[in-house]
Amino acid sequence: MNMRRDFLKSVGGGIGMMALGDLLARDGYAAGLNPLSPKKPHFPGKAKRVIYMFMEGGPSQMDLFDPKPELQKWHGKSLPESFTKDLQLAFIKPSAAVLGSPRVFTKHGQSGMELSDFIPNIARQADDLCLVRSVHTDAFNHHPGQLLMFTGSTQPGRPTIGAWSVYGLGSESENLPGFVVLSSGVGTSGGASNFSSGFLPSTYQGTQFRSGGDPILYLSSPQGVDQRAQRAAIDVIGDLNKERLSETGDTEIASRMAAYELAFRMQSAGPELIDFSKESKATLEMYGIGKEPTNQFSTNCLLARRLIERGTRFVLMMHASWDQHTNLNKGLKTNCEKTDQGTAALIQDLKQRGLLEDTLIVWGGEFGRTPMQEVRNTLDPENAGRDHHPNAYSMFLAGGGVKAGSVVGRTDDLGFTITEDPVGVHDMQATIMHCLGFDHTKLTYRYMGRDFRLTDVHGSVIKKMLA
Amino acid sequence: MPSLLLLLAVCIPALSADFAKDVEPVLTKRCIVCHGAAQQLAGVRLDNGLDAKKGGYSGAILVPGKPDASKLIERIASAKDGFRMPPAGPRLSDAEVAALKNWVLDGASWPEGAVIGEISSRKSSHWAFQPLWQGEAPTVKDSAWVRNPIDRFVAAKLEAKGIVPSPEAPKQTLLRRVSLDLTGLPPSPDLLRRYMADNRPDAYERAVDELLARPAYGERWARQWLDLARYADSDGYEKDLIRPYAWRWRNYIIDSLNADKPFDRFTIEQLAGDLLPNATVEQKLATGFHRNTLINREAGVTRSEDRFETLVNRVNTTSTTWLGLTMGCSQCHDHKFDPISQREYYSAMAVFSKARDIDIDAPLPGELGPWLASRASYIEKRNEILKSAPVAEWYEKWQGKMRNAVLKPGTDIEWDFSLTSFRVMFDHAERVLMATAAERGEREDWRLMQYFLSNPSHTLREDKANAEKLKEIRDKIKKLEEDTPKLTQASVVIDDPQVPEQRIAVRGDWKTPGVEVRPGALAVLPAMGTDGEAARLAYARWLVSDANQLTPRVIVNRYWQEFFGRGIVKTSEDFGTQGDRPSHPELLDYLAREFRGNGWSVKKLHRLIVTSATYRQSSKARPEVAEKDPDNAWLSRQSRLRLSAEAIRDSALAASGLLSSGLGGPSVRPPQPKGVAELTYGGAKWAESAGADKYRRGLYIVFQRTSPYPMLSNFDAPDMSVACSRRRSSDTPLQALNLLNDPVFYEAAQALAYRITTEGPPETDARVDFAFQLALGRNASPVERSRLKRYLDEQPVASAWTGAARVLLNTDEFIVRE
Repeated sequence: MNMRRDFLKSVGGGIGMMALGDLLARDGYAAGLNPLSPKKPHFPGKAKRVIYMFMEGGPSQMDLFDPKPELQKWHGKSLPESFTKDLQLAFIKPSAAVLGSPRVFTKHGQSGMELSDFIPNIARQADDLCLVRSVHTDAFNHHPGQLLMFTGSTQPGRPTIGAWSVYGLGSESENLPGFVVLSSGVGTSGGASNFSSGFLPSTYQGTQFRSGGDPILYLSSPQGVDQRAQRAAIDVIGDLNKERLSETGDTEIASRMAAYELAFRMQSAGPELIDFSKESKATLEMYGIGKEPTNQFSTNCLLARRLIERGTRFVLMMHASWDQHTNLNKGLKTNCEKTDQGTAALIQDLKQRGLLEDTLIVWGGEFGRTPMQEVRNTLDPENAGRDHHPNAYSMFLAGGGVKAGSVVGRTDDLGFTITEDPVGVHDMQATIMHCLGFDHTKLTYRYMGRDFRLTDVHGSVIKKMLA
Repeated sequence: MPSLLLLLAVCIPALSADFAKDVEPVLTKRCIVCHGAAQQLAGVRLDNGLDAKKGGYSGAILVPGKPDASKLIERIASAKDGFRMPPAGPRLSDAEVAALKNWVLDGASWPEGAVIGEISSRKSSHWAFQPLWQGEAPTVKDSAWVRNPIDRFVAAKLEAKGIVPSPEAPKQTLLRRVSLDLTGLPPSPDLLRRYMADNRPDAYERAVDELLARPAYGERWARQWLDLARYADSDGYEKDLIRPYAWRWRNYIIDSLNADKPFDRFTIEQLAGDLLPNATVEQKLATGFHRNTLINREAGVTRSEDRFETLVNRVNTTSTTWLGLTMGCSQCHDHKFDPISQREYYSAMAVFSKARDIDIDAPLPGELGPWLASRASYIEKRNEILKSAPVAEWYEKWQGKMRNAVLKPGTDIEWDFSLTSFRVMFDHAERVLMATAAERGEREDWRLMQYFLSNPSHTLREDKANAEKLKEIRDKIKKLEEDTPKLTQASVVIDDPQVPEQRIAVRGDWKTPGVEVRPGALAVLPAMGTDGEAARLAYARWLVSDANQLTPRVIVNRYWQEFFGRGIVKTSEDFGTQGDRPSHPELLDYLAREFRGNGWSVKKLHRLIVTSATYRQSSKARPEVAEKDPDNAWLSRQSRLRLSAEAIRDSALAASGLLSSGLGGPSVRPPQPKGVAELTYGGAKWAESAGADKYRRGLYIVFQRTSPYPMLSNFDAPDMSVACSRRRSSDTPLQALNLLNDPVFYEAAQALAYRITTEGPPETDARVDFAFQLALGRNASPVERSRLKRYLDEQPVASAWTGAARVLLNTDEFIVRE
């Protein structure tokens, strides 16, 4: 409302068409009228933008990031009761037999980070990664777990980390949304609640890019309406709106006109964004675009780079599903074959373009998986999988603000509990917000008589993760 | 023996604790700020003996004679920061700790009736908790402007600020405004024509009465209520299963609003209709209000956790909707700002905790006859199918295995899995499974049998032939069910006396039950009488009783918000101390009194508001009062308000003539791009509705919680997880793309063009005016007319009018009510 008052003042108490012309000449929203105009954080953050690679379902940490040779010794046996007392799991009983990991872990890079043979490409970027082996969460079911990861609460209704980021920082893009969602694989448990703006204005909600048809919903003009006809329509809409603005003096109309101009620019920017024809062959090959099984995920990786190059603030990539209750070896292999190359290429590509230093990459799921096995079909020996494990799992980050080539946290010999440097979900959120330049306790929004924040009433910045 | 006592007394003189000298000063100085009359953090109250003995939410804190077993001593003596009490200020001295220890050792006796510290009752001076103001509307200088008492309150404020009200809006603007406000639709060309030609002094009031009587009125106001009731057509969370009969409750809401059911009855029926004497089906199904809560059917969710979240949602929704209080804060601790303790939160939860979810037959008119007529032959055919194989035997086997999994978990992991998913997918799974067929009753037994038919698990694992046979039987039954007349179902609640008494969840955690609480209302409000009635019914009656000032204030304010864009209390969801104060407190109280006094008639209240001069003002900006009334809080004009998502859709369909006029009924699926529903976990199916159902009003669109219809989300529809008291109004390029390019809106543009060219006059100027009338309810101005004509000239003839129609549907004015 103050924005309107300022505007009225700025045009000298009347809505002259001259003033309006000036306003619109600034192409788009006038400063202060646009809720997405770039804003300064609390302090200069090392990261200016985020690519959050959400691996939905709970990737198995002891088969990818956290080697546990001890598991082999326990393979087929139940854990001692002292370990599993009070443990509640989604499907299996705490007495389920341990499943040793058949994966081979080797040391990589100067940091000597131990990583699994299922992710050879990511492993080559080891010295860029900040691997956290001690993440824990309160939720052991998918949807509450995802809500906690993205909104800080297991109940629906609150803004997600992407929405908070755009609320705090605005967007650098003139022609594309500030918060974009790319998905691959199957649907996620969280669906739209993983990129909702919750009680923040819907301006801040994630815009879903689609893999088929229009990249953005309703981006193409209707059939038979070409670009010239679309321009002519928007021109006359604008002129009629201008009439109404001078008739009513309602400055909201000016911002609606600007939204139509931005929509028109998006109609050209969208197709340009997804047009890879100017990318070099080497780049496409590095990502694994145009071949299976990498094409879908890698396309999203390259889109993510192109989006942040064009000013998008927060890209959420969702890949589903890593929920290997059964057929762990097979399922995990498939997922890694689809995603390993693109993930590594994105890190490498950002690095060589000088973008990694101020772009934060986050990779991880909503929880991890149990050291114990889950068997649903006793007749099939290859059937074994792992259940949800909230008490200890791994995530990695790379780029702006985090310590490259470092491992934070430690778990016990069976990967069951954290023994060093626990990082709760709210701590992870606080640390991400810190990288963006925010004191997570101060980025708040008043709703229902209370100042809400992403981290609820919890969370500490994990200093060890910072560069 | 006497000598021993003497000896003790001599050796350890400190044992004789002096309450007044050693204990009271410590409690007064260091404890009762947080644990006294004003607040009782963690439920602990130490200003009187009775409460001190009772302890807090986690139970007793004093064990007479045993300081080591007393939590109070443990907390004050602890070395651990953050655990030790008091949490702030210096530690209690050793002498002080010793004094309290000795007092406990001595029996922790409290002088009879003694109350320490300052005594303050639960009274609050906050405006919202005060009785309604009983004065008369003020007299004003400009009484000619006044149309009804509302205007006196508004004019008095304006006069005090030296502002004159705005002139009345032009006749056609006013009609479009009141039509959109009352029915969510633009005025029909017929009404517009009649109204513009009607020169009687009460032409406007007549139009209002006509609009109030339209069925569309119930639809528009149902939408507002659905926001509060967090209505959706699916469960929410991962599985997000469709609720095929959720709409039955929506029908009740629409019908009640159209019938102008008094708001007190409307309230009581929804909260506790099942408990009314000789409750009708309509009254029972009204309780579907509670059933709009989300359900998480992920396999790992424990029922008690989900049940707790459900109750939390019910408490919060009820308190936001009727009391305008954010009780959610008190789930984990006493409210920081408002006089709501954690104990009171769980007392409110106790009101709802006996309610059990069940489904009932709720036939629509005309359903019963065919159903009854087909019943005998249906059962006969069903039995025939079931007897074509030893289904009964398999069903028995399945039940046996499942029961075994309940009784001896861990003996067969495969059946453990079957039980896990049964528990989440089948409501009241264990109770039904463990009962005998006779105990279950026919309806529940058949429900269980149907679950078995679809989920036989490993019953016939080694018997492929029979497993196939069972599938065939399932399909035959399915077909039979499809071919047999059905009764519409409704999801409702009933009271179950077997539910254990509600306990406080310590720190809001359902896994840590504290002390038992009784159902009750907030102490800061007038007491709720029970008179031996069930708590839920007593609570519902209390909400709308004469004693409760808050409900009528909250309800009239929310209606006011819909007519002016902001409430008299701007934070319509929060009447607590953190919310905004009313801009016109006496007006608010006058309306509250009027509402209750008119027999809780919503229509009468709406009529009063829309016939006021205040409402009828022009919405044009007034730069000259920008300083005095920048946010239009003093109502020196009306406001231009962007329409709700549903009203935008409905207006486009209405203007183009596509709108389907059916009232109520099942939810529909208008066209939506491929890939939207598929993004959800279950890859929800979006089977596009056929025929006229594609063109139904927005409130009938299936609301799938994990993938809402994109147009609704784009235009700020809430996510339907918690009560939404006021929608936001954003302005984004995605909205522009939606209106420009969504095939639904393009089709509306085509249909509007068809209407313009077939029904409108042939001459271009007149035709442009006709187009403006259909879309915007007014004629074009000369500038607008010439601009649109220029556009028409530039376009290919074949598509020119479709283009022009599309332009009109995309103007700001089309999606705004002025």
